Amino acid sequence: MTIGVKKVARPREMSFAESLYLVEIVKGLGVTMGHMLSNIVRQEGIKTIEYPEVRRRMPPRFRGKHRLMKRENGAPRCVACFCCPTACPAKCITIVAGESPDPAVEKYPVRFDIDMLRCVFCGLCVEACPVDAIRMDTGWFTPPDDTREKLIFTIDTLLEK
Amino acid sequence: MTGPLFDIAVAVARIAVFFAFCFGLVVVMTWVERKGAAYIQDRRGPNRADIFGIRAWGLFHPLADALKFLFKEDFIPDNAHRLFYQMAPMFSLAPAILAIAVIPFGPDVTVMERRIALQIADLNVGILYLFAVSGMTVYGVVLAGWASGSKYPLLGGLRSSAQMISYEVSMGLSLIGIFMVFESVRMSRIVAGQGGLLFGVLPKWGVFVQPLGFILFLVAQYAEANRTPFDMPESESELVAGYHTEYASFKFSMFMMAEYLHMVVGAAVVATLFFGGWQFPYLGDAGFLFPGGFAVAVPPALVLLLRIGAFVSKVLFFAWLYVWIRWTIPRFRYDQVMRLGWKVMLPLSLLNIFVTGLTLLLLKK
Repeated sequence: MTIGVKKVARPREMSFAESLYLVEIVKGLGVTMGHMLSNIVRQEGIKTIEYPEVRRRMPPRFRGKHRLMKRENGAPRCVACFCCPTACPAKCITIVAGESPDPAVEKYPVRFDIDMLRCVFCGLCVEACPVDAIRMDTGWFTPPDDTREKLIFTIDTLLEK
Repeated sequence: MTGPLFDIAVAVARIAVFFAFCFGLVVVMTWVERKGAAYIQDRRGPNRADIFGIRAWGLFHPLADALKFLFKEDFIPDNAHRLFYQMAPMFSLAPAILAIAVIPFGPDVTVMERRIALQIADLNVGILYLFAVSGMTVYGVVLAGWASGSKYPLLGGLRSSAQMISYEVSMGLSLIGIFMVFESVRMSRIVAGQGGLLFGVLPKWGVFVQPLGFILFLVAQYAEANRTPFDMPESESELVAGYHTEYASFKFSMFMMAEYLHMVVGAAVVATLFFGGWQFPYLGDAGFLFPGGFAVAVPPALVLLLRIGAFVSKVLFFAWLYVWIRWTIPRFRYDQVMRLGWKVMLPLSLLNIFVTGLTLLLLKK
């Protein structure tokens, strides 16, 4: 079998004026100055999102910070079935189950901690949940914080969102 | 106030004012560089530092930077040569500022019946002094590279020495045309010589008399100041940060100040040698005299202000040109820098000398 030879288009030879560089440099200076002036006069060309004041709109399936859903009476929807800590590859979810005061519900989470320092935002907890109690649809990534303790989210903070 | 006391006062005042001008411009240029880079690249640039809620387009960032550098840990790596490591930033900053001594900032002024040159020292070896001093700047870079005891700074220092030697040659040769035309190496004479008219229309500035010399000198200046497209010693994408990789805190800041001082002084030198220094086009001692024989009388105080203003605006333009060029042209490869230096710049500067000499000879006959 012969090796196929493909002709690749080579860039054309530089003309004399181009090989002097000077004209091309002046053209380049024109391009950069044009960008600068248009950015000073009109701000639309600037791509920067000024982060704390303006936030990027995340796509709907973006996996952001977790939240726990509530029932109609305000109790957590979670039934403490331990599917999410089992599915979690980073082992960042800690649940302590307790007997629910509501006779219709068997168990509820006394503690539901997510260690955001370990979470890898894979979304497997959301996939695993049989009652749609945990979601990652806040459209917001974990903001930085001063201490490690503040980044271990407890059930109260998760229910707030 | 008479006699020596007056002279000393004048000398101190001149040094203080020019020093303040240059360092003030350095501070402004760091802001201009960051903000200009941002706007050229469709970004916003620094705008967060504020004093009492006033942000002023990030103008306080240089202040915040200076404070930050002062409070950072002054770290010396174990492998570094302690003495040379600490000397290097001084060696790079001092020659950069020395060069302003011979630059005339304005015409002579008469104060209390004495003529005072607006120049720290009007040396009769003017440009040679400039070369000597700017040649010394490479020591700071090489010393930093060698004393850091680390491979990236060493490579940066090596590149810098090779580059400086190559471009120093064509830089010197490109100016010989200027000496030949203005028949002096004294800066004040060169500026005074640029006051006339060429063919009765153009101001007799160095750039019109020596266009090729100007381009060669400008390119060599960029190489000397280690600015893009010749920032081989730094080249952050290849050598981390080149010669100042191992530096932190205020020592690093001294290297940065030296770089910006080079820009400011380089801009002043280009303005002085090729753009008439403090000469305002068509402005004589008594007022404007346009080519058509049309004259406008201007009071002497305004003439002085216009001339100093002309110098300052030329310096500002060339300082901005450094920034503008940096964000337009990418860095050369190392062998391309060497090829340009030895195989293009050097023959062209020799050709320039030959053509200038020939023209002057024919004009004299």
